[in-house]
Amino acid sequence: MNDEILTRMGDGERISMSASEIKEELLVGTKEAATKGKVPELSSEDLDQIFEIISEKGRTVSVPPGEEIIVTDDGCAKIFSAGPADGGAVLPISRQNAVQAYERSFAADTLNFGHEDYSFKPVKAIIDCETQTYFTTSHVTTAPLFYGAQPNLGLYYRPDGAHDNPADLLPMGKIKEAKASQEAAAEQLKEDMVFVGRKLAEVGCEGLNFDTAASAGDADFYATLKAVEELKEKFPLMSIEVGMAAEFVLGMHGEITYEGKRLAGMYPHDQADAVASAGGDIFGPAVNVNTSKSFPWNIARAVTLVKHTSEVSEIPVHPNVGMGVCGVPMALETPIDCVTRATKALVLIGKADGL
Amino acid sequence: MAAAHGIASGIGGIRSAGDLVGRMQVSRGMKTEAAKKYVADKLKISVADIADPVVMSEIREDLDLGRVNAVPGAAKGIDAKFRIADLLDIEINCVNKFKKRIQFEKRSKSNE
Repeated sequence: MNDEILTRMGDGERISMSASEIKEELLVGTKEAATKGKVPELSSEDLDQIFEIISEKGRTVSVPPGEEIIVTDDGCAKIFSAGPADGGAVLPISRQNAVQAYERSFAADTLNFGHEDYSFKPVKAIIDCETQTYFTTSHVTTAPLFYGAQPNLGLYYRPDGAHDNPADLLPMGKIKEAKASQEAAAEQLKEDMVFVGRKLAEVGCEGLNFDTAASAGDADFYATLKAVEELKEKFPLMSIEVGMAAEFVLGMHGEITYEGKRLAGMYPHDQADAVASAGGDIFGPAVNVNTSKSFPWNIARAVTLVKHTSEVSEIPVHPNVGMGVCGVPMALETPIDCVTRATKALVLIGKADGL
Repeated sequence: MAAAHGIASGIGGIRSAGDLVGRMQVSRGMKTEAAKKYVADKLKISVADIADPVVMSEIREDLDLGRVNAVPGAAKGIDAKFRIADLLDIEINCVNKFKKRIQFEKRSKSNE
């Protein structure tokens, strides 16, 4: 049928929809985001613009000249040399080779690398190796170079860590104990993040990326904010980017506050405010993709939350656009038709400062 | 996937002025529009030229700011970062550390 437009589901499956079906999905998607996030819905002009982007004939789409933005990443260069768990190609090259290739062959605006076991806790044990690699790589690259790792509070609970696991305590009704365990683990996490950040700053680190923050809930986010605060005070020249794990902060603790505001349940616009208050330089919202819904539904939802965040945030907003977030389908081999359409919509309508 | 994002919406890294605009976000927390204007003013070009690889390759060659192509003798890495810090009037952590290690200020004064 001639009026059918090719698009995808949130899991990447190829589907076709009529123009009216796509418009309906866009409308429902923005309403859903507005209700959940307590933010304004997209205007009819915004929705028309997203519809035009989705229905463009080309396989890939792009922003008009003059509308370009900065692309930051969470270790994309490492994909050349990383293992299959990170979607990597395991090429027999070093991380430094991978970063240089990414800068010079892929024209990256900024660079980033991290350790294969991408969390602050394992990095602490091998910090000298990481600082040496950062030091030498920073001397042979020109673009801003970030080091990235995840806070990942989950690693501090049993059986991986020393603290009682709240996922074990909560079903037993031990709420007080679960809260105390999270508070103690968050303190240890903060100390580890400050340790790693200090060591990197001392070898000239230009930027530290706290990636997938709040993955273990509000205590995880609290530890991240406190680490950002301490590092920015001691090392103001080291830029800090905080990218989130999901669109709202899980209330695993439920009562933790930062500067008087409860962290549990925060949506991107409030998360950005907290990150800016802590001293962060760039904020990366993550909007979850529903694999059972269409790409039009998911991208309308993502743009709704990102647009409001961009409008109210004091610091640059770089939405996470990896697999399964901000409209990009949840598929290991992500389809470039949806990837580039998500990019264009987030930049032109979501007013993102970067990605 | 980052390559797809870069082509669809990125400024173009060291092919153009993507790294320079990125520097202003990293160093000063500037939003994109302000960062582009700042860089354009420093380079004495229009904001529209920021992402033009033809215009920017000439500027990068003239100012020796580092380029994609491996031109023998042209600046790359920390060498280019020294110039970028001066051009944009910013401090770059690794440049400051490098200057300290080689006693840059002391040597500069003794050469005057």
